[in-house]
Amino acid sequence: MNTMMLLEMAMSGFGERVAFTDPADGGSITYQELYNAAGAAAHDIRESGADRVAMLDVSNLAVPVALFASGWAGVPYVPINYRLTADEIDALLARVTPAYLVTDNDHLDTFKGRDGVDLRSRDAFLQLARGGDGHAEQRSMDPDDIGVLLFTSGTTGIPKAAVLRHRHLVSYIVSSVEFMSAAEHEAALVCVPPYHVAGIASTLSSVYAGRRVVQLANFSADAWIETARHERITTAFVVPTMLSRIINALEGEQTAGMSHLQSLSYGGGKMPLSVIEKAMALFPDTDFTNAYGLTETSSTITVLGPDEHRAAATSDDEAVRKRLVSVGIPLPGVELEIRDDEGRALAAGERGEIYVRGEQVSGEYEDRGSMVDAEGWFPTRDAGFRDAKGYLFLDGRADDVIVRGGENMSPGEIEDVLLAHDAVRDAAIVGVPSEEWGEAVVGAVVIDSEKPANDDLIADLQAWVKNHMRSSRVPERLEFWAELPYNETGKLLRRVVKERLSAPKQNVRTTMPLLYASDIERARAFYCDQLGFTLTNRWDPDGQLGWCQLEMEGAKIMLQRAEPDDLKGLAQGKSDVALFFLCEDVDDLHRQFQGRGLDVAPPTVAFYGMRQLEVRDPDGRALCFEHPVDD
Amino acid sequence: MATLSAGKRLKSAVCTTEIMVIAAPDGDVDLYCGGSAMGAGDGNGGSVDADHAGGTAIGKRYVNEDGSLEVLCVKAGPGSLSVGGTALTVKDAKKLPKTD
Repeated sequence: MNTMMLLEMAMSGFGERVAFTDPADGGSITYQELYNAAGAAAHDIRESGADRVAMLDVSNLAVPVALFASGWAGVPYVPINYRLTADEIDALLARVTPAYLVTDNDHLDTFKGRDGVDLRSRDAFLQLARGGDGHAEQRSMDPDDIGVLLFTSGTTGIPKAAVLRHRHLVSYIVSSVEFMSAAEHEAALVCVPPYHVAGIASTLSSVYAGRRVVQLANFSADAWIETARHERITTAFVVPTMLSRIINALEGEQTAGMSHLQSLSYGGGKMPLSVIEKAMALFPDTDFTNAYGLTETSSTITVLGPDEHRAAATSDDEAVRKRLVSVGIPLPGVELEIRDDEGRALAAGERGEIYVRGEQVSGEYEDRGSMVDAEGWFPTRDAGFRDAKGYLFLDGRADDVIVRGGENMSPGEIEDVLLAHDAVRDAAIVGVPSEEWGEAVVGAVVIDSEKPANDDLIADLQAWVKNHMRSSRVPERLEFWAELPYNETGKLLRRVVKERLSAPKQNVRTTMPLLYASDIERARAFYCDQLGFTLTNRWDPDGQLGWCQLEMEGAKIMLQRAEPDDLKGLAQGKSDVALFFLCEDVDDLHRQFQGRGLDVAPPTVAFYGMRQLEVRDPDGRALCFEHPVDD
Repeated sequence: MATLSAGKRLKSAVCTTEIMVIAAPDGDVDLYCGGSAMGAGDGNGGSVDADHAGGTAIGKRYVNEDGSLEVLCVKAGPGSLSVGGTALTVKDAKKLPKTD
């Protein structure tokens, strides 16, 4: 049992079909060619004596060749995140040497001459694979051989290497994909990176189904839409953040105009209801599937299928409607249980940790062994509950890992960095729901009483995190708290922090009305020169006014320069916002306004008994200055 | 007679059929193809028995009556699969949505 067998079957079942297309260079490869290339590459891998095949590159034709060649050669395949820094990559490489490393030209020089690294450029690798005729002879078919080592996003600081054996991967494919089930015109658009388990799974499942893969090396919404249309893509997988961006890019269009897109599956994070609803409206002919899975489970373990999406979207039954945000029911051969902290199975509706069991479940890490218990159950560390019909709903991580845009991050790491800052006494970081990212990083800090609790310190702390970690770790919002909530044993009550930070509240800065101005200079001139506001603070990011704070008799407002995105429905003179200012004497104010040349109607008495002076600002907002009318 | 375990590959002794075991019951299982016992791949010089000539199809999964034995055909051939004289049947294709 070996992933190579899947390609061998594809080669003999439909060898002449195109297997992979790389639109970046227009190259493509058939199943027969892929089989031959994998055989030749396996020969080279064997000759190198390497213990691992490492792949450090974006999606391209070399990726599937290397994946199958490593299976053929009986050497684990290790895709590495090319977005990591050179130091981080070095640290991972050191764990997999002696390695046969295939990489792009950018990384080639960095790793040249590295101990234990047999280097092949992407081009050289493809050339030797596609030009070679010496197939490696034998390959191990031991189901327990390691197929793939995947570094997880490093929730504990040091990335763990998840071990996927051939039996896990082959079981997953054979039990969830029907051989040669794809029609000849079908094409899958794969935009997940090769180092993600979905990248591995999509390669294997597409090969087994006979579905051509179109590789999109770097995701952008525009590139995705253009490629999907040009290649007449029939199926695709996206993470929620990608779908959110695709929808934004299609703003203003009635439909996506992609009737060829038969199915769109998504997973890898929490999908906001508003995003999936908009997506279903934009892609009316498309079947939607929500897939939930983990690296340690060889990808998907539960599925919410197209029929359930439609049923949920159109049902009057609240329980059925809610299923649109569920991740569905387990695949055949996969069992689920929800357990409490003591390991006891919970009933429907009760939140606990998700446990999973099945042939595709590895649950094993290199150097740490298997996390699977004697009965075969793997604790996912994900939390959730099942409804009465068994539909699974995710609800955060059992260990509070933040999943931002598909990237897992540990709050502890970010807290450690914050605690290293002079001003910080204590820190708690949590993820809160975010439309764009699934979860946003926010936090509460307790600071040294001698330090000023102001916006400058927040900016300083954010910069501090950015200088020490990847920018995705920078808290979007930080609050100053007098103390953090702990239980009696001294354990941080992260759930409480999360609840407090999730509660809708006004940002300190926006306790004053924030007004978008389509022309901020004109607006500032109006407020200051004609209404008599005083400018008390300003920010000029690029030599032009970005925002300014204005005050008049204790009334504060903030003007914000509207960027093109903000203008949609916010400014452009269509604003229906009305602001009310309480004054001493609006008749006096009226005279002042007139004295500054403002053409404004005299005050009137509003039905609720206030004498009121109404002014329109340049963006059309009503500003109502008023005082109570004496009896 | 042989014990079968998941992942084991067997070849027909009388045709081109090859299978991989997906699930197998404990104990000995005498899996036949074309009327002859399957094994490591050495032909037995015989030919496909006319009573077991239904053929195998690549990518199809075959099961015994109680479902305890399941094999995947990885190479097709003119012989058909049987255990103890009873033919294995094709397991219905799954209708699962594409997930990745």
